[in-house]
Amino acid sequence: MDALGNLLLGFSVALTPINLFWCFTGVVLGTVVGVLPGLGPAATIAMLLPLTLKMDHTTAIIALAGIFYGARYGGSTTSILLNIPGESSSVVTCLDGYQMARNGRAGPALGISAIASFVAGTVGVLGLMLIAPPLARFALRFAPPEYFALMVLGLAMVVFLAGESMVKAMLAMFVGLWLATIGTDLFTGESRFTFGQAKLLGGVDFIAATVGVFAIAEVLVNLESKGGAELFKLAKGWKNLLPTLQDIKDCRFAFLNGSVIGFFIGALPGAGATVASFLSYGLEKAVSKHPEKFGTGVIEGVAAPEGANNADASGALVPLLTLGIPGGNTTAILLGGLILWGYKPGPLLIQEHPELFWGLVASMYIGNVMLLILNLPLVPLFAQILRLPYYVLYPLILGISIVGVYSVNNSLFDVWVMGLFGLLGFLMRKLDFPAAALILGMVLGDGLERALRQSLMMSQGDLTILFARPISGTLLFVAAAILVLPAVRKVRSWRVAAIEREG
Amino acid sequence: MACDKGNLAAGVVLAAFGVYVILVAVRLPYVSEVGPGPGFFPLWLGIGLVLFAGTLMFASVTSSTNETKSESQSWRMTMRSLSGWVAVMVAIALLGTIGFVLSFIFLTVFLIVALERRPVLLAVGVGIALAVVFQLIFVIALDVSLPKAVWGF
Repeated sequence: MDALGNLLLGFSVALTPINLFWCFTGVVLGTVVGVLPGLGPAATIAMLLPLTLKMDHTTAIIALAGIFYGARYGGSTTSILLNIPGESSSVVTCLDGYQMARNGRAGPALGISAIASFVAGTVGVLGLMLIAPPLARFALRFAPPEYFALMVLGLAMVVFLAGESMVKAMLAMFVGLWLATIGTDLFTGESRFTFGQAKLLGGVDFIAATVGVFAIAEVLVNLESKGGAELFKLAKGWKNLLPTLQDIKDCRFAFLNGSVIGFFIGALPGAGATVASFLSYGLEKAVSKHPEKFGTGVIEGVAAPEGANNADASGALVPLLTLGIPGGNTTAILLGGLILWGYKPGPLLIQEHPELFWGLVASMYIGNVMLLILNLPLVPLFAQILRLPYYVLYPLILGISIVGVYSVNNSLFDVWVMGLFGLLGFLMRKLDFPAAALILGMVLGDGLERALRQSLMMSQGDLTILFARPISGTLLFVAAAILVLPAVRKVRSWRVAAIEREG
Repeated sequence: MACDKGNLAAGVVLAAFGVYVILVAVRLPYVSEVGPGPGFFPLWLGIGLVLFAGTLMFASVTSSTNETKSESQSWRMTMRSLSGWVAVMVAIALLGTIGFVLSFIFLTVFLIVALERRPVLLAVGVGIALAVVFQLIFVIALDVSLPKAVWGF
């Protein structure tokens, strides 16, 4: 009854014309910044924060949260159409989303991404409403050993990204982990692998590397043949530009998987949407009846990560609103906003300011509906971009990549890095090294090293701390099982083949 | 049985890279006053790289490949891509001096005329049109700053 009464209070706040207007403005702006690589929600919220000082505070948080989860919606568009991840959490969407576009199914890929985001967004809001406080308390039990185990579990997903060769996937992942070590060591201040470049002290820019490895490499691969390979097909008829009922049926588990994983990972400060999207993709492939088809344009391979990165946005608000702990850049800026407006985010926020919390929850319901209504009709329109001739499309991809990467830090150095990673991505494609494994290593490397070193500090060098604690021990066991499973399957298939030969 | 030259080369390069990572890592402290030092993690990464690269090299010399394209054809195709990459890098190098608009038009013209053998006028038209679209969306609508030349764009 309490939750229902509070939710009604929330709707009475969220449904006022001014809050509806700012919710709409927020989600539209979020979608736009999500579509464009580089210009992320954190920068947009930071830019708009001063403007909110004169607004009603509930209206302000509704608008800013709209940007936050709207950006997660938009991030998939360029990933699917152009192989340019708009956000780091959209990298996984490229794997099957772009392949679907190549197979003439860009429309259904965009559509399922919008539907998955809607379902996950709604599940995430339900989670935020019902289990925020206990979940936040559980998240606090995550100390460095648990984070280390979570990162190892994330890295174990490399098994599901490996194509023909597990060794190549591991090598790509190790190079990614090494890339994450570039820059200043956070513990000692010592610089590592910077090649004398002061600009590398802060590390390799993730967006520059990702756009290079995916988008630039894609253009280079397609330049191999005159006329640009058979890259851009598009189904005829508007009906074929949206997902079919069968597509939606195929994605039932993916919706649930993405929603739950995204929300729980989002609630863990520092874990991030990228981890959530990789984990949900891995789980989806693990339970799929046709895992071998993943990476060739499977619709569940789009629905799961897209759902996860959207539910993560709701999950990330759990520690922010209930404990005052930001999980990432965007929530850190939102925390700054809350403090600026005079709130004390923490366990008492919900009791002391119910209109703020419940107004936000209700506005997220409304915002998710707005996003679906806004995005589904736009799918056929966005898909038309693939009708562009290749000699327009290639420069368009290169231009968006350059502008997107440059706009992150206004740094030409980052654009150089993107170009170099473009060559690396091209060589990886030529030699069948999975680029996503490199990105996985790069995303998780920093967190993995930090958690490992902190754990060893806690235990004064005793490695058993990583296995002895229940949560970390369980997570490590699952990771080991995931890593060993392909080898067990291979041995079993050899034995079956040997028995058949003898028989 | 021919060995897989591509994988062998990749294995050699990655093994050498792994050795480099180890050499740099051993120069960094393995243990610091507060716990594991900055050399701790990279050292194990380097060892992992060498081990996996060795496995790749071993696998490449013990397996055969099915070459479907002639070497000259494959080389020609790769050269097209590499010349495209060089054009991208030249355009990036020019960003700081002649600005985004002109370097982007140069890149577009090169891709369309030199690699796709299309008319120069079409290439210039596409380059200018896309540059205008980028200015309208990014610079005017979203207030994103792009590299500029002294003449302002």
